[in-house]
Amino acid sequence: MTVRPQPLIVGAGPAGVRAAGALVAAGLRPLVVDEAPACGGQIYRQRLVDDGRSTRSLYGSEAPKAERLHRDFAAFEGRIDYWPQALVWSLGDGEAHVALAGRNRKVAYDGLILATGASDRVLPVPGWTLPGVFTLGGAQIALKSQGCAIGSRVVFAGAGPLLYLVAWQYMKAGVNVAAVLDATPLMAKRHLLRGLALEPAIILRGMRFAAELRLRGVAIHYAVEDFAIVGETRVTGVRWRQGGHERSLVCDSVGYGLALRSETQLADLAGCRFTFNERDRAMLPERDISGRSSVVGVYLAGDGAGIAGADAAELAGERAALALLEDRGLPYPPVRALDLERKLTRISRFRDVLEAAFPYPAHWAKRVADDTLICRCEEVTAGTLRQSVRDFAVDEINRLKAVSRIGMGRCQGRFCGASAAEILAAETGRGIDAVGRLRAQPPVKPLPMTLADEKQEAAQ
Amino acid sequence: MRGRLNVDVAIIGGGLVGSSAALALRAMGMSVALIDSRYCGAQASGVNYGGVRRQGRPPEQLPLAQRAHAIWPRLKERIGIDGEYLCSGHLKLAANETDMASLEAYAAKVSDYGLDLELIGHNDLRRRFPFLGKNIVGASFCPGDGHANPRLVASGFAAAARRAGAHVLENTPVREITRDGGGFVLEAGDVIDVYTPVVVNSAGAWGDEFAALFGEPVPLTRIYPSMVVTEPLAPVLTVNIGMEGGGVYARQVERGNCIVGGERVQPLADPDFSRPRGETALTMMNRAAALFPGLRHAHVIRSWSGTEGMIADRNPVIGPSSTTPGLIHAFGFSGAGFQIAPGVGEVLAELVRDGRSTTPIGAFSISRFAADARQSIDRTIHGSGAEREPEPQQRGV
Repeated sequence: MTVRPQPLIVGAGPAGVRAAGALVAAGLRPLVVDEAPACGGQIYRQRLVDDGRSTRSLYGSEAPKAERLHRDFAAFEGRIDYWPQALVWSLGDGEAHVALAGRNRKVAYDGLILATGASDRVLPVPGWTLPGVFTLGGAQIALKSQGCAIGSRVVFAGAGPLLYLVAWQYMKAGVNVAAVLDATPLMAKRHLLRGLALEPAIILRGMRFAAELRLRGVAIHYAVEDFAIVGETRVTGVRWRQGGHERSLVCDSVGYGLALRSETQLADLAGCRFTFNERDRAMLPERDISGRSSVVGVYLAGDGAGIAGADAAELAGERAALALLEDRGLPYPPVRALDLERKLTRISRFRDVLEAAFPYPAHWAKRVADDTLICRCEEVTAGTLRQSVRDFAVDEINRLKAVSRIGMGRCQGRFCGASAAEILAAETGRGIDAVGRLRAQPPVKPLPMTLADEKQEAAQ
Repeated sequence: MRGRLNVDVAIIGGGLVGSSAALALRAMGMSVALIDSRYCGAQASGVNYGGVRRQGRPPEQLPLAQRAHAIWPRLKERIGIDGEYLCSGHLKLAANETDMASLEAYAAKVSDYGLDLELIGHNDLRRRFPFLGKNIVGASFCPGDGHANPRLVASGFAAAARRAGAHVLENTPVREITRDGGGFVLEAGDVIDVYTPVVVNSAGAWGDEFAALFGEPVPLTRIYPSMVVTEPLAPVLTVNIGMEGGGVYARQVERGNCIVGGERVQPLADPDFSRPRGETALTMMNRAAALFPGLRHAHVIRSWSGTEGMIADRNPVIGPSSTTPGLIHAFGFSGAGFQIAPGVGEVLAELVRDGRSTTPIGAFSISRFAADARQSIDRTIHGSGAEREPEPQQRGV
């Protein structure tokens, strides 16, 4: 009798941990591969060294969830295989390549749960590459994981719930928050009232963040347009337009972000079919409510296949694992599965509310000045992109990559792809859903040239 | 309602061969439709390694290669961009004495063709090319060869043809070809019929499908070469590098990225597509790190692969159809089309205008497969998985 390979879970954030838990409960022994040194993902990221801060000070109101997730994962010891600090850089057809401590490990898997998470979504603005500019997520990690602030007089700018959370966390940590610049109009926040019925605690918490920021004298500006970061060799201030007026502020650092974007490269390599998602304004791998992708045996959970937040990620991770069990002919709890789906549907409705309250200012990309850098890795400006579109009569994003180098660098388009697509759509007069998506290729992140090949080592 | 387009020449396949032919034909004043089922320059022409290399080609290809050699330094005036063409020289390495003997034999064989090959021994090699590792016994250097950016050159020729007035029809598969009097009607995409007295079949890895329509089966298979690319580095590789017997080739572009190839991959479920695989990437990375110590600390940031048409004798098909007047073939460049393609474009234009070419192309005639045609070629190795009739089918002829 041949032994089936173990299921592979990529990512040990909320989705990956809950997926592992459901598989362990059913008697399977998954392999969990994660880039971070400890479980928790980005949201419940752990400190590298204990610095005496309480979990309450690290995770705020979410501390109980973080503690539970860390504790539960630790309890899987002996019943899962766990490779931290490991990068799945290529996969497909039941085989993954993992870079681990300078060696390549080839892993056969039967059942794949991708819980790859999200990263910050940014659109280029003048000055966004200056030293002193961090993404909102990056600013939060500096505080949470390393106990550092990104500066001593910080402006937070962008859109999305994270904007207020991070500004509030910095204020609580004693950092001088110069202002919060919200790209979205105050009027849009009326949608949050609809959210009260769905997730009252979250809405009230968000309102408390804004109220406490104001109480401490932090100015909040809405409907910010033409946002620019100013400075010669590093950040010295910001300027923007608001209601027809030029505004500016002095600061030494900026936390900037426009919500999150899904990390979809591995789903692409696994062969998943992608469709355009209006809410995330992005091409996403298709998944049904159970987390099944278009490829048999490949399951998608958490923010890696569409942004829904950490609570949804926990539910989706467990649900995807139940789907794997069912597809493998193993007993699974159908009532629990339905309950998870019901909760996920509810959260999805809440996401619609949040998206309406914090609409993504996609028009920023269309209006970006020609001399603004879009692709930092390959140093491609907006002007070069527009020129390439005209010179080569390009109407598709991979062709734009071929003639302009956009998305060819270290990040493989993970950070510039969205804005390049917006510019291409604007230049060609097509919809954002009609310009395609950058195809992923291995390695999904840079690899050392000397990564040792196990197979060749064994042959020697 | 379907539109109708009348042109002097219809070119099927907007790769470098088809696009450069379109440009040359426009320069002669002929009206041209350049038709591609996807995007011009997005297949083999755009995803090959980018070697602009005459060294190593069989002697019968060298007159064509020399013709193209004259075009490469003048890209800017021809298509408006230089395509990152660098006349760096091409260094072909020998890993052992047997391979060195092959390089010497090749140099003797092609000495009349003006490649100016220089044979270099071990010590001299170490002195002149210190970036090489120790295990190389010698090399052959072709100073006039170099490399260029395939993504730009292939797209650049198509863009130049468009600017010169060619009708460039992208995302337009040719669904059917019928004869119309002495000419042809091409059912192009959903919206247009192209009427033309002359058809150029430069459809690359798909060229055999069009040749077969006219009773000319060609034993074309597909290969999927794969490359890895490093992050930008300070100058390491000063020349385009090849290896006698294959296995590794490498070049460094002006921006600093090193491109390393030498392995092939398998197609995806749709044989028109492939994807670099973990194993092949790793093999190429490890080989390059061993061969070029200066790359040992580099990171690989991306990889690519693409579809190329391969013929067993490694020569392309170039020349008039043996069954159908007005039809001219140019495909199956077997992984070595990039350097000669701009020359092939000129040859095709001459064939259209004059019925003959000033450059010898007899060795590439499609009639060399006539014997195979009678035996009916085994299509199962084609890789497309498409069911084929055992007998070549003729449609509308």
